[in-house]
Amino acid sequence: MAVKEISELNLPDDVRYAEDHEWARLEGDKVTVGLDDYAQDQLSDIVFVELPKVGDTFKKGEEFATVESVKAVCECYMPVGGEIVDVNTDLEESPQLINESPYKDGWMVVVSPNDLSEMETLMTRAACLEKLKGEQ
Amino acid sequence: MLYLPHTREDIVSMLQAVGVDDVDGLFSTVPEDCRCKSDLNLPEPMTEWELNEHMQTLSESMAVSPEYNVFMGAGSYEHFIPASVLYLLSRSEFVTSYTPYQPEMSQGTLQAIYEYQTLVAQLLGMEIATASHYDGATALAESLLMAIRVTKRSKVAVSSLIHPLYRRVVRTYFEPTGYEVVELGYLKSGVTDLTGFDEMEDIAAVAVQSPNFFGCVEDLQAIGQRAHDKEALFITSFTEPLSYGLLKNPGSQGADIVCGEGQSLGIPRSFGGPQLGILASRKIYMRNLPGRLVGQTKDLDGRRGFVLTLATREQHIRREKATSNICTNNSLCAVAAATYMASLGGTGTRELARLNHDKAEYLKNELKKAGFTISFDSPTFNEFVVEFPKGFEAHYGRLLEKKIIAGLSLAPYYPELVNHYLLCVTETRSKEDMDSLVREVKS
Repeated sequence: MAVKEISELNLPDDVRYAEDHEWARLEGDKVTVGLDDYAQDQLSDIVFVELPKVGDTFKKGEEFATVESVKAVCECYMPVGGEIVDVNTDLEESPQLINESPYKDGWMVVVSPNDLSEMETLMTRAACLEKLKGEQ
Repeated sequence: MLYLPHTREDIVSMLQAVGVDDVDGLFSTVPEDCRCKSDLNLPEPMTEWELNEHMQTLSESMAVSPEYNVFMGAGSYEHFIPASVLYLLSRSEFVTSYTPYQPEMSQGTLQAIYEYQTLVAQLLGMEIATASHYDGATALAESLLMAIRVTKRSKVAVSSLIHPLYRRVVRTYFEPTGYEVVELGYLKSGVTDLTGFDEMEDIAAVAVQSPNFFGCVEDLQAIGQRAHDKEALFITSFTEPLSYGLLKNPGSQGADIVCGEGQSLGIPRSFGGPQLGILASRKIYMRNLPGRLVGQTKDLDGRRGFVLTLATREQHIRREKATSNICTNNSLCAVAAATYMASLGGTGTRELARLNHDKAEYLKNELKKAGFTISFDSPTFNEFVVEFPKGFEAHYGRLLEKKIIAGLSLAPYYPELVNHYLLCVTETRSKEDMDSLVREVKS
Protein backbone atom coordinates (compact mmCIF):
# COMPACT_ATOMS: atom_id res chain seq x y z
CA MET A 1 0.00 0.00 0.00
CA ALA A 2 1.46 3.34 -1.06
CA VAL A 3 1.84 5.97 1.63
CA LYS A 4 0.55 9.50 1.16
CA GLU A 5 2.63 12.34 -0.26
CA ILE A 6 3.08 15.24 2.15
CA SER A 7 0.74 17.33 0.01
CA GLU A 8 -1.96 14.68 0.45
CA LEU A 9 -1.80 14.69 4.25
CA ASN A 10 -4.74 16.02 6.19
CA LEU A 11 -3.23 18.29 8.88
CA PRO A 12 -5.98 20.53 10.23
CA ASP A 13 -5.35 23.98 11.72
CA ASP A 14 -7.33 23.52 14.93
CA VAL A 15 -4.92 21.07 16.56
CA ARG A 16 -1.28 21.17 17.67
CA TYR A 17 1.21 18.43 16.76
CA ALA A 18 3.79 16.57 18.87
CA GLU A 19 7.11 15.17 17.61
CA ASP A 20 5.77 11.61 17.61
CA HIS A 21 2.67 12.57 15.62
CA GLU A 22 0.12 12.80 18.38
CA TRP A 23 -2.26 15.73 17.99
CA ALA A 24 -3.80 17.82 20.79
CA ARG A 25 -6.90 19.98 20.55
CA LEU A 26 -7.79 22.48 23.27
CA GLU A 27 -11.54 22.53 23.99
CA GLY A 28 -12.50 24.64 27.02
CA ASP A 29 -9.99 23.65 29.69
CA LYS A 30 -9.59 20.08 28.38
CA VAL A 31 -7.30 18.70 25.71
CA THR A 32 -8.38 15.94 23.30
CA VAL A 33 -5.55 13.72 22.00
CA GLY A 34 -5.24 11.43 18.98
CA LEU A 35 -2.85 10.24 16.26
CA ASP A 36 -2.34 12.45 13.19
CA ASP A 37 -2.93 11.53 9.57
CA TYR A 38 0.78 10.95 8.95
CA ALA A 39 1.01 8.39 11.80
CA GLN A 40 -2.13 6.48 10.83
CA ASP A 41 -1.02 6.43 7.18
CA GLN A 42 2.46 5.12 8.04
CA LEU A 43 1.05 2.45 10.35
CA SER A 44 -1.57 1.32 7.79
CA ASP A 45 -4.52 -0.80 9.03
CA ILE A 46 -4.80 -0.43 12.79
CA VAL A 47 -6.07 -3.61 14.46
CA PHE A 48 -5.74 -2.94 18.18
CA VAL A 49 -5.51 0.00 20.55
CA GLU A 50 -4.59 -0.24 24.23
CA LEU A 51 -5.80 2.81 26.15
CA PRO A 52 -5.19 4.02 29.71
CA LYS A 53 -7.89 4.13 32.39
CA VAL A 54 -9.83 7.25 33.34
CA GLY A 55 -8.07 8.74 36.36
CA ASP A 56 -4.55 7.71 35.26
CA THR A 57 -2.09 10.58 35.23
CA PHE A 58 0.92 11.07 32.97
CA LYS A 59 3.62 13.65 32.47
CA LYS A 60 4.22 15.20 29.06
CA GLY A 61 6.21 12.69 27.00
CA GLU A 62 5.12 9.64 29.01
CA GLU A 63 3.71 6.62 27.22
CA PHE A 64 -0.07 6.46 27.58
CA ALA A 65 -1.28 4.10 24.85
CA THR A 66 -0.19 1.42 22.38
CA VAL A 67 -1.41 1.17 18.80
CA GLU A 68 -0.96 -2.02 16.81
CA SER A 69 -1.32 -2.23 13.05
CA VAL A 70 -0.91 -5.12 10.68
CA LYS A 71 2.74 -4.21 10.26
CA ALA A 72 3.95 -2.54 13.44
CA VAL A 73 3.25 -1.58 17.02
CA CYS A 74 3.90 1.91 18.32
CA GLU A 75 3.68 3.60 21.66
CA CYS A 76 1.88 6.93 21.98
CA TYR A 77 3.31 9.66 24.20
CA MET A 78 1.42 12.40 26.02
CA PRO A 79 1.58 15.73 24.15
CA VAL A 80 0.67 17.50 27.43
CA GLY A 81 0.81 16.21 31.01
CA GLY A 82 -2.33 15.69 33.08
CA GLU A 83 -5.11 13.39 34.15
CA ILE A 84 -7.08 11.19 31.76
CA VAL A 85 -10.74 12.24 32.08
CA ASP A 86 -12.21 10.33 29.12
CA VAL A 87 -11.13 7.52 26.78
CA ASN A 88 -12.60 6.56 23.42
CA THR A 89 -13.98 3.10 24.20
CA ASP A 90 -15.26 2.79 20.61
CA LEU A 91 -11.65 2.05 19.65
CA GLU A 92 -11.80 -1.31 21.49
CA GLU A 93 -14.27 -2.67 18.96
CA SER A 94 -13.37 -0.40 16.03
CA PRO A 95 -9.65 0.47 16.11
CA GLN A 96 -9.86 1.33 12.39
CA LEU A 97 -11.60 4.61 13.39
CA ILE A 98 -8.08 6.04 13.78
CA ASN A 99 -7.45 5.30 10.08
CA GLU A 100 -10.86 6.45 8.91
CA SER A 101 -11.26 9.59 11.00
CA PRO A 102 -8.04 10.47 12.84
CA TYR A 103 -9.19 13.89 14.12
CA LYS A 104 -12.83 13.13 14.88
CA ASP A 105 -14.19 9.64 15.56
CA GLY A 106 -10.66 8.27 16.07
CA TRP A 107 -9.78 10.48 19.07
CA MET A 108 -8.04 8.54 21.83
CA VAL A 109 -8.21 10.33 25.19
CA VAL A 110 -9.28 13.58 26.82
CA VAL A 111 -6.79 15.09 29.27
CA SER A 112 -7.27 17.59 32.05
CA PRO A 113 -3.90 19.31 31.67
CA ASN A 114 -1.69 20.26 34.62
CA ASP A 115 -0.08 23.10 32.75
CA LEU A 116 -1.85 24.62 29.77
CA SER A 117 1.32 26.38 28.64
CA GLU A 118 2.62 22.96 27.49
CA MET A 119 0.26 23.38 24.51
CA GLU A 120 2.55 26.15 23.30
CA THR A 121 5.49 23.73 23.06
CA LEU A 122 3.62 21.76 20.37
CA MET A 123 3.91 22.42 16.64
CA THR A 124 1.41 24.31 14.55
CA ARG A 125 0.25 22.89 11.20
CA ALA A 126 2.88 24.97 9.41
CA ALA A 127 5.70 23.87 11.72
CA CYS A 128 4.62 20.24 11.39
CA LEU A 129 4.62 20.46 7.59
CA GLU A 130 8.03 22.10 7.69
CA LYS A 131 9.38 19.27 9.84
CA LEU A 132 7.92 16.58 7.56
CA LYS A 133 9.51 18.22 4.51
CA GLY A 134 12.82 18.34 6.35
CA GLU A 135 12.59 14.62 7.03
CA GLN A 136 12.11 13.79 3.37
CA MET B 1 13.53 -28.36 5.60
CA LEU B 2 15.81 -28.52 2.56
CA TYR B 3 19.39 -29.67 2.93
CA LEU B 4 21.71 -27.11 1.33
CA PRO B 5 25.33 -28.22 1.05
CA HIS B 6 28.14 -25.77 0.38
CA THR B 7 31.72 -26.23 -0.75
CA ARG B 8 34.82 -24.25 0.17
CA GLU B 9 34.40 -22.40 -3.14
CA ASP B 10 30.76 -21.55 -2.29
CA ILE B 11 31.89 -20.08 1.03
CA VAL B 12 34.60 -17.96 -0.63
CA SER B 13 32.17 -16.61 -3.21
CA MET B 14 29.54 -15.85 -0.54
CA LEU B 15 32.12 -14.00 1.56
CA GLN B 16 33.17 -12.02 -1.53
CA ALA B 17 29.55 -11.14 -2.24
CA VAL B 18 29.13 -9.56 1.19
CA GLY B 19 32.58 -8.01 1.08
CA VAL B 20 34.54 -9.66 3.90
CA ASP B 21 37.81 -11.61 3.71
CA ASP B 22 37.03 -14.54 5.97
CA VAL B 23 34.35 -15.96 8.24
CA ASP B 24 35.74 -14.03 11.26
CA GLY B 25 35.02 -10.85 9.30
CA LEU B 26 31.30 -11.59 9.67
CA PHE B 27 31.65 -11.04 13.43
CA SER B 28 33.52 -7.73 13.29
CA THR B 29 30.58 -5.94 14.95
CA VAL B 30 30.99 -8.11 18.09
CA PRO B 31 33.36 -6.26 20.48
CA GLU B 32 36.85 -7.81 20.70
CA ASP B 33 36.59 -8.57 24.42
CA CYS B 34 33.34 -10.48 23.92
CA ARG B 35 34.90 -12.92 21.47
CA CYS B 36 36.25 -16.28 22.57
CA LYS B 37 39.72 -16.74 21.08
CA SER B 38 41.05 -19.76 22.97
CA ASP B 39 39.97 -23.34 22.38
CA LEU B 40 36.93 -24.59 24.27
CA ASN B 41 37.70 -26.50 27.46
CA LEU B 42 36.47 -29.91 26.33
CA PRO B 43 37.64 -33.46 27.13
CA GLU B 44 39.71 -35.40 24.63
CA PRO B 45 37.72 -36.73 21.68
CA MET B 46 36.55 -40.36 21.78
CA THR B 47 36.34 -42.91 19.03
CA GLU B 48 32.89 -44.02 18.00
CA TRP B 49 33.10 -47.26 19.99
CA GLU B 50 34.53 -45.49 23.03
CA LEU B 51 31.65 -43.06 22.87
CA ASN B 52 29.10 -45.86 22.59
CA GLU B 53 30.60 -47.52 25.64
CA HIS B 54 30.61 -44.22 27.53
CA MET B 55 26.91 -43.66 26.80
CA GLN B 56 26.12 -47.25 27.75
CA THR B 57 27.88 -46.81 31.12
CA LEU B 58 26.02 -43.56 31.74
CA SER B 59 22.71 -45.18 30.90
CA GLU B 60 23.43 -48.16 33.18
CA SER B 61 24.16 -45.80 36.08
CA MET B 62 20.54 -44.63 36.02
CA ALA B 63 17.54 -46.37 37.47
CA VAL B 64 15.00 -46.52 34.67
CA SER B 65 12.03 -48.75 34.05
CA PRO B 66 11.20 -51.36 32.87
CA GLU B 67 14.25 -52.78 34.66
CA TYR B 68 13.37 -50.77 37.77
CA ASN B 69 10.04 -50.58 39.49
CA VAL B 70 9.69 -46.79 39.55
CA PHE B 71 7.18 -45.09 41.86
CA MET B 72 8.56 -41.61 41.35
CA GLY B 73 6.70 -38.90 39.42
CA ALA B 74 7.10 -35.40 40.87
CA GLY B 75 6.84 -33.62 37.54
CA SER B 76 8.02 -36.37 35.20
CA TYR B 77 5.66 -39.25 34.51
CA GLU B 78 6.07 -42.62 32.89
CA HIS B 79 3.27 -43.28 30.43
CA PHE B 80 2.85 -45.74 27.61
CA ILE B 81 3.56 -43.97 24.32
CA PRO B 82 1.58 -45.23 21.29
CA ALA B 83 3.66 -46.24 18.25
CA SER B 84 1.77 -43.65 16.15
CA VAL B 85 3.51 -40.87 18.10
CA LEU B 86 7.03 -42.13 17.43
CA TYR B 87 6.19 -42.92 13.83
CA LEU B 88 4.87 -39.46 13.01
CA LEU B 89 7.71 -37.77 14.91
CA SER B 90 10.22 -39.62 12.77
CA ARG B 91 9.11 -37.55 9.76
CA SER B 92 12.17 -35.40 9.17
CA GLU B 93 9.99 -32.34 8.38
CA PHE B 94 8.98 -32.20 12.06
CA VAL B 95 12.44 -32.59 13.52
CA THR B 96 13.09 -29.04 14.73
CA SER B 97 12.25 -27.02 17.85
CA TYR B 98 11.46 -23.96 15.84
CA THR B 99 8.73 -22.54 13.73
CA PRO B 100 10.26 -22.38 10.25
CA TYR B 101 11.60 -19.22 8.67
CA GLN B 102 9.17 -18.14 5.97
CA PRO B 103 6.71 -20.10 8.10
CA GLU B 104 3.85 -20.07 5.60
CA MET B 105 5.98 -22.17 3.23
CA SER B 106 5.63 -25.01 5.76
CA GLN B 107 1.86 -25.44 5.92
CA GLY B 108 2.15 -28.97 7.36
CA THR B 109 4.25 -27.83 10.31
CA LEU B 110 1.92 -24.90 10.99
CA GLN B 111 -1.10 -27.18 10.79
CA ALA B 112 0.49 -29.59 13.30
CA ILE B 113 1.16 -26.72 15.72
CA TYR B 114 -2.36 -25.35 15.16
CA GLU B 115 -3.81 -28.75 16.02
CA TYR B 116 -1.59 -28.90 19.11
CA GLN B 117 -2.92 -25.49 20.21
CA THR B 118 -6.50 -26.61 19.60
CA LEU B 119 -6.12 -29.87 21.56
CA VAL B 120 -4.38 -28.07 24.45
CA ALA B 121 -7.14 -25.45 24.58
CA GLN B 122 -9.76 -28.23 24.66
CA LEU B 123 -7.97 -30.24 27.35
CA LEU B 124 -7.54 -27.20 29.60
CA GLY B 125 -10.89 -25.58 28.80
CA MET B 126 -9.24 -22.37 27.62
CA GLU B 127 -9.88 -20.16 24.59
CA ILE B 128 -6.36 -19.78 23.27
CA ALA B 129 -3.04 -21.65 23.59
CA THR B 130 0.45 -20.70 22.41
CA ALA B 131 2.64 -22.73 20.07
CA SER B 132 4.64 -23.98 23.14
CA HIS B 133 7.49 -22.98 25.46
CA TYR B 134 10.63 -24.59 26.92
CA ASP B 135 9.03 -26.38 29.87
CA GLY B 136 6.48 -26.13 32.67
CA ALA B 137 8.72 -24.00 34.87
CA THR B 138 9.40 -21.29 32.28
CA ALA B 139 5.74 -21.35 31.21
CA LEU B 140 4.84 -20.50 34.83
CA ALA B 141 7.40 -17.68 35.03
CA GLU B 142 6.10 -16.28 31.73
CA SER B 143 2.50 -16.51 32.98
CA LEU B 144 3.32 -14.51 36.11
CA LEU B 145 5.09 -11.81 34.06
CA MET B 146 2.10 -11.76 31.73
CA ALA B 147 -0.23 -11.09 34.68
CA ILE B 148 2.00 -8.19 35.71
CA ARG B 149 1.72 -6.73 32.19
CA VAL B 150 -2.06 -7.15 32.17
CA THR B 151 -2.77 -5.73 35.63
CA LYS B 152 0.15 -3.25 35.81
CA ARG B 153 0.69 -4.42 39.42
CA SER B 154 4.02 -5.52 40.85
CA LYS B 155 3.49 -8.52 43.15
CA VAL B 156 2.51 -12.15 42.60
CA ALA B 157 1.33 -14.73 45.15
CA VAL B 158 2.61 -18.25 44.46
CA SER B 159 1.51 -21.41 46.27
CA SER B 160 4.29 -23.27 48.10
CA LEU B 161 2.73 -26.43 46.66
CA ILE B 162 3.80 -25.52 43.14
CA HIS B 163 6.70 -27.76 42.07
CA PRO B 164 9.77 -26.52 44.06
CA LEU B 165 11.97 -26.38 40.96
CA TYR B 166 9.37 -24.32 39.09
CA ARG B 167 9.41 -21.83 41.97
CA ARG B 168 13.18 -21.64 41.70
CA VAL B 169 12.91 -20.79 38.01
CA VAL B 170 10.31 -18.13 38.86
CA ARG B 171 12.74 -16.56 41.35
CA THR B 172 15.47 -16.56 38.67
CA TYR B 173 13.16 -14.81 36.20
CA PHE B 174 11.96 -12.31 38.80
CA GLU B 175 15.23 -11.43 40.48
CA PRO B 176 16.32 -8.72 38.03
CA THR B 177 12.80 -7.32 37.53
CA GLY B 178 12.11 -5.72 40.89
CA TYR B 179 8.73 -7.47 41.06
CA GLU B 180 7.96 -9.37 44.24
CA VAL B 181 7.04 -13.04 44.70
CA VAL B 182 5.08 -13.88 47.88
CA GLU B 183 4.73 -17.54 48.83
CA LEU B 184 1.49 -18.94 50.24
CA GLY B 185 1.83 -21.75 52.81
CA TYR B 186 -0.11 -24.99 52.98
CA LEU B 187 -2.76 -26.51 55.23
CA LYS B 188 -2.67 -29.83 57.12
CA SER B 189 -4.99 -31.24 54.47
CA GLY B 190 -2.27 -30.78 51.81
CA VAL B 191 -3.71 -27.83 49.91
CA THR B 192 -2.73 -24.15 49.59
CA ASP B 193 -3.35 -21.91 52.62
CA LEU B 194 -4.77 -18.51 51.65
CA THR B 195 -4.51 -17.04 55.16
CA GLY B 196 -3.45 -13.43 54.91
CA PHE B 197 -4.06 -13.29 51.17
CA ASP B 198 -7.01 -10.91 51.42
CA GLU B 199 -4.79 -8.36 53.20
CA MET B 200 -2.08 -8.44 50.51
CA GLU B 201 -1.93 -5.40 48.29
CA ASP B 202 -0.89 -4.77 44.69
CA ILE B 203 -1.29 -8.47 43.78
CA ALA B 204 -1.19 -9.09 40.01
CA ALA B 205 -1.90 -12.82 40.19
CA VAL B 206 -2.37 -15.87 42.38
CA ALA B 207 -0.77 -19.05 41.09
CA VAL B 208 -1.60 -22.56 42.31
CA GLN B 209 -0.83 -25.99 40.93
CA SER B 210 -3.49 -28.71 40.75
CA PRO B 211 -2.94 -31.53 41.36
CA ASN B 212 -0.29 -29.87 43.52
CA PHE B 213 3.21 -31.10 44.39
CA PHE B 214 1.73 -33.34 47.12
CA GLY B 215 -0.60 -34.81 44.50
CA CYS B 216 -3.64 -33.16 46.12
CA VAL B 217 -6.43 -31.62 44.09
CA GLU B 218 -6.89 -27.92 44.91
CA ASP B 219 -10.29 -26.21 45.14
CA LEU B 220 -9.58 -24.09 42.08
CA GLN B 221 -12.98 -22.43 41.93
CA ALA B 222 -12.72 -21.10 45.49
CA ILE B 223 -9.16 -19.81 45.03
CA GLY B 224 -10.09 -18.24 41.68
CA GLN B 225 -12.94 -16.41 43.38
CA ARG B 226 -10.58 -14.99 46.01
CA ALA B 227 -8.19 -13.85 43.25
CA HIS B 228 -10.95 -12.22 41.24
CA ASP B 229 -12.30 -10.44 44.34
CA LYS B 230 -8.98 -8.55 44.34
CA GLU B 231 -9.09 -8.09 40.55
CA ALA B 232 -5.99 -10.24 40.33
CA LEU B 233 -5.55 -12.85 37.61
CA PHE B 234 -5.94 -16.51 38.52
CA ILE B 235 -3.10 -18.68 37.20
CA THR B 236 -3.23 -22.44 37.48
CA SER B 237 -0.18 -24.59 36.90
CA PHE B 238 0.16 -28.33 36.37
CA THR B 239 2.77 -31.06 36.06
CA GLU B 240 0.36 -33.86 35.08
CA PRO B 241 -2.02 -32.74 32.29
CA LEU B 242 -3.48 -36.25 32.05
CA SER B 243 -5.34 -35.50 35.31
CA TYR B 244 -7.74 -33.28 33.34
CA GLY B 245 -9.11 -36.43 31.74
CA LEU B 246 -10.77 -36.99 35.11
CA LEU B 247 -10.78 -33.66 36.97
CA LYS B 248 -12.68 -30.53 35.96
CA ASN B 249 -10.49 -28.52 33.62
CA PRO B 250 -8.98 -25.23 34.91
CA GLY B 251 -10.92 -23.12 32.40
CA SER B 252 -14.23 -24.26 33.87
CA GLN B 253 -12.93 -23.29 37.36
CA GLY B 254 -12.24 -19.67 36.46
CA ALA B 255 -8.56 -19.77 35.45
CA ASP B 256 -7.33 -16.76 33.47
CA ILE B 257 -3.99 -18.31 32.51
CA VAL B 258 -3.14 -22.02 32.60
CA CYS B 259 0.46 -23.21 32.33
CA GLY B 260 2.39 -26.37 32.90
CA GLU B 261 4.45 -29.29 31.73
CA GLY B 262 3.42 -31.45 28.77
CA GLN B 263 5.95 -34.28 29.18
CA SER B 264 3.11 -36.64 30.13
CA LEU B 265 1.63 -36.27 26.66
CA GLY B 266 3.76 -38.66 24.61
CA ILE B 267 7.26 -37.48 25.54
CA PRO B 268 9.58 -40.09 27.07
CA ARG B 269 11.25 -39.43 30.43
CA SER B 270 14.78 -38.42 29.72
CA PHE B 271 17.49 -37.15 32.01
CA GLY B 272 16.37 -33.53 32.25
CA GLY B 273 14.46 -33.19 29.02
CA PRO B 274 13.41 -32.22 26.48
CA GLN B 275 10.17 -31.10 28.03
CA LEU B 276 7.22 -29.11 26.77
CA GLY B 277 5.95 -25.82 28.17
CA ILE B 278 2.20 -25.40 27.76
CA LEU B 279 0.55 -21.99 28.14
CA ALA B 280 -3.08 -21.09 27.52
CA SER B 281 -5.23 -18.13 28.43
CA ARG B 282 -8.54 -16.40 28.03
CA LYS B 283 -8.88 -14.66 24.68
CA ILE B 284 -9.00 -11.16 26.13
CA TYR B 285 -5.34 -11.51 27.17
CA MET B 286 -4.07 -12.84 23.83
CA ARG B 287 -2.06 -9.71 23.01
CA ASN B 288 -0.10 -10.19 26.20
CA LEU B 289 0.78 -13.83 25.52
CA PRO B 290 4.49 -14.60 25.21
CA GLY B 291 5.81 -16.71 22.34
CA ARG B 292 4.37 -17.71 19.02
CA LEU B 293 0.82 -18.35 17.87
CA VAL B 294 -0.39 -20.15 14.78
CA GLY B 295 -3.72 -19.03 13.33
CA GLN B 296 -6.05 -20.35 10.70
CA THR B 297 -7.00 -18.22 7.72
CA LYS B 298 -8.21 -18.40 4.10
CA ASP B 299 -6.11 -17.78 1.01
CA LEU B 300 -7.24 -15.72 -2.00
CA ASP B 301 -9.16 -18.70 -3.37
CA GLY B 302 -10.95 -19.27 -0.07
CA ARG B 303 -8.95 -22.37 0.85
CA ARG B 304 -7.96 -23.06 4.46
CA GLY B 305 -4.41 -22.11 5.36
CA PHE B 306 -2.24 -21.48 8.42
CA VAL B 307 -0.15 -18.45 9.40
CA LEU B 308 1.91 -17.17 12.27
CA THR B 309 -0.35 -14.57 13.78
CA LEU B 310 -0.19 -11.64 16.22
CA ALA B 311 3.55 -11.52 15.59
CA THR B 312 3.67 -7.84 16.54
CA ARG B 313 3.99 -9.02 20.19
CA GLU B 314 7.22 -10.78 19.39
CA GLN B 315 10.86 -9.90 19.82
CA HIS B 316 11.81 -9.64 16.14
CA ILE B 317 9.28 -6.80 15.76
CA ARG B 318 8.88 -5.24 19.22
CA ARG B 319 12.47 -5.67 20.42
CA GLU B 320 12.77 -4.74 24.11
CA LYS B 321 9.01 -4.18 24.34
CA ALA B 322 8.17 -7.72 23.20
CA THR B 323 5.96 -9.79 25.52
CA SER B 324 8.98 -12.05 26.04
CA ASN B 325 12.61 -12.04 25.00
CA ILE B 326 13.47 -15.35 26.64
CA CYS B 327 11.29 -17.88 24.92
CA THR B 328 11.14 -20.02 21.85
CA ASN B 329 8.92 -22.64 20.36
CA ASN B 330 9.40 -26.33 21.25
CA SER B 331 7.85 -27.65 18.09
CA LEU B 332 8.91 -31.31 18.03
CA CYS B 333 7.62 -31.90 21.56
CA ALA B 334 4.41 -30.01 20.74
CA VAL B 335 3.86 -32.26 17.71
CA ALA B 336 4.46 -35.30 19.96
CA ALA B 337 1.83 -34.01 22.39
CA ALA B 338 -0.65 -33.29 19.58
CA THR B 339 -0.18 -36.78 18.13
CA TYR B 340 -0.52 -38.33 21.59
CA MET B 341 -3.73 -36.43 22.42
CA ALA B 342 -5.21 -37.21 18.99
CA SER B 343 -4.27 -40.90 19.38
CA LEU B 344 -6.03 -41.15 22.75
CA GLY B 345 -9.03 -38.99 21.90
CA GLY B 346 -11.46 -37.76 24.56
CA THR B 347 -12.60 -41.22 25.64
CA GLY B 348 -9.08 -42.64 25.74
CA THR B 349 -7.85 -39.72 27.83
CA ARG B 350 -10.72 -40.21 30.28
CA GLU B 351 -10.14 -43.96 30.56
CA LEU B 352 -6.39 -43.58 30.98
CA ALA B 353 -6.85 -40.90 33.64
CA ARG B 354 -9.30 -43.15 35.48
CA LEU B 355 -6.80 -46.04 35.34
CA ASN B 356 -4.03 -43.83 36.80
CA HIS B 357 -6.29 -42.64 39.58
CA ASP B 358 -7.64 -46.10 40.45
CA LYS B 359 -4.19 -47.72 40.52
CA ALA B 360 -2.84 -44.97 42.76
CA GLU B 361 -5.85 -45.41 45.07
CA TYR B 362 -5.13 -49.16 45.23
CA LEU B 363 -1.55 -48.54 46.39
CA LYS B 364 -2.71 -45.86 48.82
CA ASN B 365 -5.17 -48.30 50.42
CA GLU B 366 -2.69 -51.18 50.54
CA LEU B 367 -0.16 -48.92 52.30
CA LYS B 368 -2.83 -47.81 54.77
CA LYS B 369 -3.75 -51.42 55.45
CA ALA B 370 -0.07 -52.15 56.03
CA GLY B 371 -0.10 -49.51 58.76
CA PHE B 372 1.48 -46.50 57.04
CA THR B 373 0.07 -43.01 57.35
CA ILE B 374 -1.19 -41.14 54.29
CA SER B 375 0.04 -37.63 55.12
CA PHE B 376 -2.76 -35.52 53.62
CA ASP B 377 -6.44 -36.36 53.36
CA SER B 378 -7.35 -34.23 50.30
CA PRO B 379 -8.33 -36.16 47.16
CA THR B 380 -5.42 -37.07 44.86
CA PHE B 381 -4.91 -38.15 41.23
CA ASN B 382 -1.92 -40.42 40.52
CA GLU B 383 0.42 -39.17 43.27
CA PHE B 384 0.17 -39.00 47.05
CA VAL B 385 2.39 -38.51 50.10
CA VAL B 386 2.98 -41.28 52.62
CA GLU B 387 4.81 -41.12 55.93
CA PHE B 388 7.26 -43.96 56.42
CA PRO B 389 8.73 -44.85 59.84
CA LYS B 390 11.75 -43.02 61.22
CA GLY B 391 14.99 -44.14 59.62
CA PHE B 392 13.31 -45.23 56.38
CA GLU B 393 16.20 -43.66 54.47
CA ALA B 394 18.43 -46.69 54.94
CA HIS B 395 15.59 -48.95 53.89
CA TYR B 396 15.08 -46.81 50.76
CA GLY B 397 18.66 -47.63 49.78
CA ARG B 398 18.08 -51.35 50.24
CA LEU B 399 14.94 -51.15 48.08
CA LEU B 400 16.96 -49.39 45.41
CA GLU B 401 19.33 -52.37 45.35
CA LYS B 402 16.27 -54.52 44.71
CA LYS B 403 15.42 -52.17 41.84
CA ILE B 404 12.44 -50.55 43.56
CA ILE B 405 12.28 -46.76 43.70
CA ALA B 406 10.01 -45.93 46.62
CA GLY B 407 9.09 -42.40 45.58
CA LEU B 408 10.71 -39.05 46.24
CA SER B 409 11.83 -37.92 49.69
CA LEU B 410 10.15 -34.57 50.42
CA ALA B 411 12.57 -33.46 53.15
CA PRO B 412 15.03 -31.67 50.81
CA TYR B 413 12.17 -29.46 49.56
CA TYR B 414 10.02 -29.28 52.69
CA PRO B 415 12.38 -29.71 55.69
CA GLU B 416 9.41 -30.18 58.04
CA LEU B 417 8.39 -33.32 56.13
CA VAL B 418 11.13 -35.72 57.22
CA ASN B 419 10.26 -39.35 56.32
CA HIS B 420 7.48 -38.21 53.99
CA TYR B 421 7.68 -39.63 50.47
CA LEU B 422 5.83 -38.64 47.31
CA LEU B 423 4.69 -41.77 45.46
CA CYS B 424 3.37 -41.97 41.91
CA VAL B 425 1.47 -44.74 40.13
CA THR B 426 0.71 -44.57 36.42
CA GLU B 427 -0.85 -47.14 34.07
CA THR B 428 2.61 -48.70 33.61
CA ARG B 429 2.70 -50.11 37.17
CA SER B 430 1.02 -53.48 37.63
CA LYS B 431 -0.78 -54.82 40.70
CA GLU B 432 2.18 -57.15 41.27
CA ASP B 433 4.56 -54.13 41.11
CA MET B 434 2.52 -52.38 43.81
CA ASP B 435 2.09 -55.47 45.98
CA SER B 436 5.82 -56.06 45.92
CA LEU B 437 6.45 -52.44 46.95
CA VAL B 438 4.12 -52.83 49.94
CA ARG B 439 5.75 -56.16 50.90
CA GLU B 440 9.22 -54.67 50.69
CA VAL B 441 8.54 -51.47 52.65
CA LYS B 442 6.87 -53.52 55.39
CA SER B 443 9.77 -55.91 55.79
